[in-house]
Amino acid sequence: MSTLRALAKAQAVAAGLAQPVATVRHLHLSDRPLVVVPLAMAGEANAPLAAMVGAARDEARLLVVPQPRNRDQRFAFAAELAGIVLLYLDSFRGVSEAVPVDRGKDVRYRYVDAPQLLVPNPAGITFLRLFGRSTRFRRPDGDYPVHPSVPLLGRWLTFFAERAEHPGSAALVAMTEALTLHWATGQSAVEDLHLPALLGWLDPPPGSIGAEAAAWAEDPEVCPPAGPATDPDFDNRRLAPAMAAYVEADGDPAARSAAYAELERLLRGQLTPTWELMWRGVGLLRALPSGARVAGRWDGDKDAFTGYAEYVDDGGGPQPRRDGAVAAAVRLHRLERALTSYAVQRAYDDPLVMAEHRLTGEAFVGDVTLADPKRVDDTGKRPVLRPRIQVVTTEPVLVPVGATLYSPARPGQKAKVVFLTPGADGKTEVVLELSGGMGRGLTAPPGTVPEVGERLCFTTLSDAFLPAGNFPATEETPWTHGGPPTVGPVPESGDGDPAEEWT
Amino acid sequence: MTDTAQRLAEIRGGVPPRRHNARTIAALTGNPGCTRRAVLDSAGVDKPKLAERIGFPARFGQSRFAITRGNAFEAQVKADGGTELLRLVAERLGVPVPAGATWTDLGGAEDLPDRHERFRAALTGGGDEPALFDHPLLGLDVAGRRVHLEPDLVAARLGGRFHVVEIKSFPVIDGQADPAKVSAAAIQSAVYVLALRELLAAEGHDPELVSHEVVLVCPRDFANRPVASLLDVRKQLLVLRRQLDRMDRIEDLLGDVPAGFTADLAADPAALTAALSGVPARYAPECLAACELAYFCRHEARGHTTALGRPVREALGGIADVGEVLALADGVRASDPEQAEAGALLRAAARLRADALAGSPS
Ligand code: SF4
Repeated sequence: MSTLRALAKAQAVAAGLAQPVATVRHLHLSDRPLVVVPLAMAGEANAPLAAMVGAARDEARLLVVPQPRNRDQRFAFAAELAGIVLLYLDSFRGVSEAVPVDRGKDVRYRYVDAPQLLVPNPAGITFLRLFGRSTRFRRPDGDYPVHPSVPLLGRWLTFFAERAEHPGSAALVAMTEALTLHWATGQSAVEDLHLPALLGWLDPPPGSIGAEAAAWAEDPEVCPPAGPATDPDFDNRRLAPAMAAYVEADGDPAARSAAYAELERLLRGQLTPTWELMWRGVGLLRALPSGARVAGRWDGDKDAFTGYAEYVDDGGGPQPRRDGAVAAAVRLHRLERALTSYAVQRAYDDPLVMAEHRLTGEAFVGDVTLADPKRVDDTGKRPVLRPRIQVVTTEPVLVPVGATLYSPARPGQKAKVVFLTPGADGKTEVVLELSGGMGRGLTAPPGTVPEVGERLCFTTLSDAFLPAGNFPATEETPWTHGGPPTVGPVPESGDGDPAEEWT
Repeated sequence: MTDTAQRLAEIRGGVPPRRHNARTIAALTGNPGCTRRAVLDSAGVDKPKLAERIGFPARFGQSRFAITRGNAFEAQVKADGGTELLRLVAERLGVPVPAGATWTDLGGAEDLPDRHERFRAALTGGGDEPALFDHPLLGLDVAGRRVHLEPDLVAARLGGRFHVVEIKSFPVIDGQADPAKVSAAAIQSAVYVLALRELLAAEGHDPELVSHEVVLVCPRDFANRPVASLLDVRKQLLVLRRQLDRMDRIEDLLGDVPAGFTADLAADPAALTAALSGVPARYAPECLAACELAYFCRHEARGHTTALGRPVREALGGIADVGEVLALADGVRASDPEQAEAGALLRAAARLRADALAGSPS
């Protein structure tokens, strides 16, 4: 926890209202996100009980499993969900755009937009991941055939769950995380996992403060949990009798449809409040202007979506149960790089995030007081343009002479610290020598060198491209590290087994 | 009755102490630094009822679906005299699967002392041939009081050593289970390991005959087939031992408790609230999942940085009070010498935050 964020939490306590910790939105928000609010049956291994799904507030579809222990009903639910999700995914496969590759020598194509799934909380992501796991190995033939859309849904859900682990991806987002990325509440991180309480801090009803609204939202009687776990009291007092009535009505069509209607009514009652909160969350996020580097990260999601869609089209099999050793190392390396670059990008996009780095001495803001934009260094073989500027700051400067700094205002330019002169008034004069981002000639084009009077931020954080690590290709990987014999989509024996018994 | 026992009985009021089970004992390790909790637990106060009485009811309900499912899985695993269970456990421990094992179910309607005696005899009397003991009866001393446990568990004797076998109905999917559930199972199992060890030691046997490796039996993937995993509970044993020792020295803790303190449920709620407030607590958000008094203590801790979580308090330079944090940050309050560093940090943070919100460049 950074001190700035902690201070925002203290301010939220005093104000009785959540406080901003971002000035721009750091994640892409689709015009048409698919909101999924799943509920699971208590005690079972990720058995779906119900879900509310839709790409607009007034398009809620309710899916119900009257007997979650019944495998046929589970797969019927999976097929119904697949009908919605796959149709939604397909709606993004109409238009492609050309993307230059290989320094403009070639182009490749990707879809101009990509799907976005929103769930209430991290447990919702886990639910989708496990539901993907429980469906992607199923087969449309054999002993226990399922609808062909079921394994396809499983692969796509697995794809989304994997994207959700990628820092900066917005393909599958937990609403609680999206909101706490932008606001700090006056409650703890565990309490923030409860979407109704979180929104109580963000947007309390008129006349009440955040703490009261959050406490109110904790009572499952008045505010059902945001799932996937249900309220035990609801299970015991209302759901269990309704399920029993459904079972007893077997053979009596009228009684059965009445029992089904009652189950629907109960589950709708549990899901609708969360559904409304999800769209309120979407509204709050939409009101924030998007950060400058958000679109670039969304391009990454579009690439991933396009790539996986093509893989599926080409008949690619389901993701393996576990990555081989090399695949796991490659993945970890990729995630670490993404994490670093995501942190830097947010700081570059948002002064409030950059302020955290200013506090730790990794960045400072100052005024340009002198500029020599024409300075040429001719001590080397060829003369090179090396303008110098002097920046005066009131902030502590913890970087040493010789360090390379960057300014988010001109991310392609390096600024080397040449002199550091602390003044008696607590100010520091920093002389910086600039290179890059000024064209190839010996004269800097207008605007490429900071001018006197500009107020700028300089930081050690670099948004430059990080080179990828070197890993052996799959076919060169020894089998001890997950090479050819075990890699690939072939499930281990016993898994994906259509006879796998369901509880 | 000793003075301490007398005092604890008074705190409890005119009711018998609340019964412990492995879950409540495991829960004792939840917030070991909290005197309020240690005193109430030592006295055997019914904390759920107490919380309700003072208007802050706990929410630790269990869904009947989960209970039914747990019972069904357990019955399935224990069916046919434990043959399947024996195979699972032996294979997981890497010992040859014995041709058979004796199965002793110690559950039943007999009197507690009888069953206790029977278990002791069965456990320590026989040789060391493979044996499974279902529903063993165990005991532990908690704050000077003997607590009887009737765990739903099997103690397995294989290769001359005892292993606690816990059957849980949460799934292990592709070799992974919910970490929160695994750690809850581990601390509960540690309670049983400890109790079994004490029983053996009391009979003059080597307590180390009880392995610190517990066998956890769960459903595999999305099906009902059981899979066994090993849990090393050495760390949990240490934590548990430390907290039980602390509760053994309850006299020391009682020194921090006002003389007339009572948690007698018959008392007036306002009096109870006032009395509780006199006993030092140490609220942290983790209490919400571990202690029935959490909502009360959270309410009381409002305005304290600890209520926001330890990382928040640390990031605020360890300052305990939210008002003080803000006063230091705004510079309206000069910091004491020992807060100088925290004060400077908070002032800098407040200035940067205001600057950024006013539109400083990034
Ligand atoms: S909830 Fe209160 S009594 Fe319980 S452990 Fe936490 S601080 Fe102690």
